[in-house]
Amino acid sequence: MSTETTTASADRTPGTGAPAGPKGAAGTRRTRHIDLRQSGLMLALVGIIILFQILTGGRLLAPDNVASLIQQNAYVMILAIGMMLVIIAGHIDLSVGSTVAMIGGVVGIAMVGWGLPWPVAILLALIVGLVVGAWQGFWVAYVGIPAFIVTLAGMLIFRGIAQILVGETISGYDQAFNAISNGSVPNVLGFTNTPPIGYLDGVTLLVGALGAAGLVWSGLRRRAVMRGHDLAVEPIGAFWVKTGAMILAIGVFTYLLAKSTGGLPIVLVIVGVLVMIFTVILRSTRFGRNIYAIGGNYRAAELSGVNAKQVTFGIFLLAGLLAAVAGIVVTARAGSSVASAGQSYELDAIAACFIGGAAVSGGVGRISGAMIGALIMGVLNIGLSILSVDPSWQMAIKGLVLLAAVAFDLVSKKRSAAGG
Amino acid sequence: MDARTPEPAGSAGDPAADGSVGSAPADASAAPVVLEMRGIGKTFGPVVALKRVDLEARRGEVHAICGENGAGKSTLMKVLSGVYPHGSYTGDIVFDGQICEFRSIRDSEAAGIVIIHQELALCANLSILENIYLGRQHTDKGMIRWESMRGEARRLLAKVGLDENPDTLVGQLGVGKQQLVEIAKALSKRVRLLILDEPTAALNDDDSEQLLELIRQLRAEGVTCVIISHKLGEIEEIADTTTIIRDGETVESFSMRDPDAGEDRIIRGMVGRSLDSRFPDRTPQIGEELLRIEDWTTEHATIPDRLAVDHAHLSVRAGEIVGIAGLMGAGRTEFVMSVFGRQYGTYRGGKVFKNGREIDVSTVRRAIAAGLAYVSEDRKEAGLNLIQSIRENISAAALGKLTRRGMIDEHREVLVAQKYQRDIRIKTAGVETVVGNLSGGNQQKVALAKWMYTDPDVLILDEPTRGIDVGAKFEIYQLIHELAATGRGVIVISSEMPELIGLCDRIYAINQGRVTGEIDREDVTQEALMRLMTQEEGVRA
Repeated sequence: MSTETTTASADRTPGTGAPAGPKGAAGTRRTRHIDLRQSGLMLALVGIIILFQILTGGRLLAPDNVASLIQQNAYVMILAIGMMLVIIAGHIDLSVGSTVAMIGGVVGIAMVGWGLPWPVAILLALIVGLVVGAWQGFWVAYVGIPAFIVTLAGMLIFRGIAQILVGETISGYDQAFNAISNGSVPNVLGFTNTPPIGYLDGVTLLVGALGAAGLVWSGLRRRAVMRGHDLAVEPIGAFWVKTGAMILAIGVFTYLLAKSTGGLPIVLVIVGVLVMIFTVILRSTRFGRNIYAIGGNYRAAELSGVNAKQVTFGIFLLAGLLAAVAGIVVTARAGSSVASAGQSYELDAIAACFIGGAAVSGGVGRISGAMIGALIMGVLNIGLSILSVDPSWQMAIKGLVLLAAVAFDLVSKKRSAAGG
Repeated sequence: MDARTPEPAGSAGDPAADGSVGSAPADASAAPVVLEMRGIGKTFGPVVALKRVDLEARRGEVHAICGENGAGKSTLMKVLSGVYPHGSYTGDIVFDGQICEFRSIRDSEAAGIVIIHQELALCANLSILENIYLGRQHTDKGMIRWESMRGEARRLLAKVGLDENPDTLVGQLGVGKQQLVEIAKALSKRVRLLILDEPTAALNDDDSEQLLELIRQLRAEGVTCVIISHKLGEIEEIADTTTIIRDGETVESFSMRDPDAGEDRIIRGMVGRSLDSRFPDRTPQIGEELLRIEDWTTEHATIPDRLAVDHAHLSVRAGEIVGIAGLMGAGRTEFVMSVFGRQYGTYRGGKVFKNGREIDVSTVRRAIAAGLAYVSEDRKEAGLNLIQSIRENISAAALGKLTRRGMIDEHREVLVAQKYQRDIRIKTAGVETVVGNLSGGNQQKVALAKWMYTDPDVLILDEPTRGIDVGAKFEIYQLIHELAATGRGVIVISSEMPELIGLCDRIYAINQGRVTGEIDREDVTQEALMRLMTQEEGVRA
């Protein structure tokens, strides 16, 4: 899943005979700093997990809690993907929470009101998501109204529509639909049973193994390609240490899920696929590059032939689509549609992005960062809930974590700037 | 506010200079030393910005500081003005005979030292009056006394020769006038040592001349001016003493009345070698006509019914370097930007031909596809993405060349970037260096590489050497020569006439959006060019 690790290797390229002046050294440090930040985030996540594992007396990583951590926080991860695109481009999207509620209304009416089969209802919801994106993208990209205003308006408009559509609540959905967020991938492979470990879900193990194998394969392939191009690669030892750590993490995670009651949650598959798709889009397509370009310097991007308006429109289109996916997931999780669903979800997603290293001024950010940000928030959520901390305090603590994360980032950036 | 800054006890008090308004510049070398910086050193972590700089400025002189970009001039001025507080540097600053321990700009300003940065620090949304007194408003029991400030502001504006109402918004003034507001602001702080960082970089010749005149006037009143400038002609004209800094050390300090003081000596000191010619040798090989622009007309971006470009024409042949000369505001940039993807103003007519066939340049994409490239005059605002790497900047305008089946080949991208880094000598550790951390000259090379990678037939370079040091300029000139040698056409816009004359095979002059004439390399003189640049009548092709 992690195709996010390269760039570090390139700046270790021993240059091209050009002397590394003081400015050059500063630049290299900056690049390292970004990578350090990413691994620092990872460490922060691990640290928080360990902290809560101890505080909760081992309950945090109980297999079923791990599964529900995923199921409860899938919406943040999905929204954070879309939000990351928007934030990298230098915008913001305040409307996604209301969109989630409106989409709940759409699928509810489609299934219960019109009696449509659930796959059709989902298709309809995705189309509505695209319409929402097109609507907001039009105002931001082509009319030039700041996204803050457009999506603030959207927040009100879509919440209003949600209330009109839903009324009180709609419920009584197909079990197959609800399984999207509550169910697991059917265990067609059966269970393994090694006495000291107990029963393990076969499909989960298979997916985990495939994930780990894919990681090793793509890493080795990248090294091979780079060597083929005469590019410097990181030492093989460092590669295996890094890869080994990630395999270990995947292994622990797989083991815990395989021990859980259901096995591999369906939403995890959805999130995983989305993460892969959007990571590739951001890294390796012109559209993705252009998002960074317009976020970093809009005018320069325009003068480089980037159709900045079209790119901006596209970003909001995708953000709308992802908000619709999140809306479906949230509705399926609850098994009903309520007009007040998705309240303040936009803030969760924005917080995940900024904890995950996005820059307020745009141009910087990664999907993996947003995912780690979302997981940090998720672990806090579930950990504090297990400790039965008062919800009001939970909110305050999450606020402080957001502030601390961004403050830490800013201070360390300032320090490295002063050093260069 | 007190009427006059009290002289600190023990100053090298000079009763003659104290009240004498007319202390002529000729006396400057005899005047007492007012500022002495002794052995200033400053490091940022492992990076040594200043090794050991010594500087002595006398009362009422204009003291120029010269050095390549990165030599340490700006750091030195930040030390002097308290941006880097006492204790964070080594060495001593002695002002008026007293060792200064400034902890902030406030402290240095209280002593009478005011710095005016290259990027002006004015609020465009506030009036001249409000800007002058920002943070230091005259108050009475907490209430601002507008009338008292307005009266004083009028006197200050008269003194700097700015004929504007103090209530005019600064945003409505041109850069030249804004510069004068900055100086009025400095005067309101009872300035005794005025530091000007590249004061004329953004000014046209008229405004520059007015500013230099004002500096002379301040000098006559006993204000010491320290001026940092890349424009050596200007230094020759105005400075009494010049100090040259190279690699964080003082190279030498000499009076400009020395017989051998002048541009050559300054350049020699700055680069540590003598540049026999500031322009590399070249034998032009000029072929067929490559690009022709006819009757190009564009309406002004903000003032309706006014033409920013008025039936302008231009042609470039293969292997030819063509210059566009014009005073600031003449419409040079507007002309080329309105051609390149119609990125300026509203199109009102005109045609572009390449190799005799009309081409479509109505969007940037089409202009690039047609073989045009435009390197902006403003690297930071419109040229580069400063928060991205060299690699990502170089590929930004030609990602299509790296894309196969919808995917960017990042490895090939690295190779491309490394090739350019090698070929055009971008001096840095590697292609992942963030562009914002490069020096101006290296940034300009990245911008050039970005457009070279689009493989254009005609490159339009807008102020290609603005704000970069002498050594890097030479390298940029070499690059321009190499580009022309490959049979491309190059159009160069520059505010520096010697640059155009040294570089171009043919120069067009533009005034008020009209092409007023063209001169071949053999016939060009600064005088002839200036005559065309100020001529009102346009000529048609």
